[in-house]
Amino acid sequence: MITLGDILTLSAILFALAVAGIFLNRKNVILLLMCVELLLLAANFNFIAFSRMRGDLTGQVFVFFVLTVAAAESAIGLAILVVLFRERRSINVEDLNTLKG
Amino acid sequence: MLALILFYVFATFLVAGALGVITARNPVYSALFLVFSFINSAAIWLLMEAEFLAIVLVLVYVGAVMVLFLFVVMMLDINLAELRRGFTRFAWLGWLTALAVIAEVIGVVWRHGLGSLDVSGGFAGEPAHYSNTLALGKVLYTRYVYPFELAAVLLVVALVAAIALTLRHRPGLKSQDVSRQVAVRAGDRLRIVKGPAEKRS
Repeated sequence: MITLGDILTLSAILFALAVAGIFLNRKNVILLLMCVELLLLAANFNFIAFSRMRGDLTGQVFVFFVLTVAAAESAIGLAILVVLFRERRSINVEDLNTLKG
Repeated sequence: MLALILFYVFATFLVAGALGVITARNPVYSALFLVFSFINSAAIWLLMEAEFLAIVLVLVYVGAVMVLFLFVVMMLDINLAELRRGFTRFAWLGWLTALAVIAEVIGVVWRHGLGSLDVSGGFAGEPAHYSNTLALGKVLYTRYVYPFELAAVLLVVALVAAIALTLRHRPGLKSQDVSRQVAVRAGDRLRIVKGPAEKRS
């Protein structure tokens, strides 16, 4: 019997690893996008687990929308990345200083 | 019991894959580790009897999004040494944050008795021929039909935005401009020159 605690613990570990990945690969935009995908995946685990436990399909519908938005996000993110590489010949976050932020 | 053993096997693979994503030297390896993580997640979702979402995860993520990632990673000529410089500078902060998140969530979950609940409790009374895809489709096309259409619009916007961002107009390229071709009139192209006929000598 898989318990809710197993799933929530797994999703917490996944989320924490993705956060650590953002700290480690803070210069590489591609790795940052991949870590965001992992974060969303960890959140989806919680949605499905609670949906199963409550017997309510709303959580799974929400996961469906999260997957849609994440796909759109990664498509636009990668398009921006390609344009950025054309302009700067680099994908280093430290080179993105046009806005002087 | 078998489901629990399978769950732990896939969970181990998933965590190992996630570790590979964040520590791999080459972004191509990271993308492949991410594919591995997604496949193991899909297996765990199957164990949790969310069959439709598991298949969608494999088709959309492994089939489309990760291929896009691999395309971009392989197309760009990245200076890896420069990106890896200072890799361990904030590593302690990253691992500390990770440990704090894990400790907090585990503390909350297991102390408040959430841990021992059966995850498939809500669907325990379903008949044997229960179809997750059918049930999900029924709510998606009735109760959530407007959000569903909004999601479709969002995907179209993303499609247009991705094309508009990466479209490049090169000067000096010989390309066809259909609207100019259609709008042309005979007067723009054809000039009638009146010339006197030569006298027969």
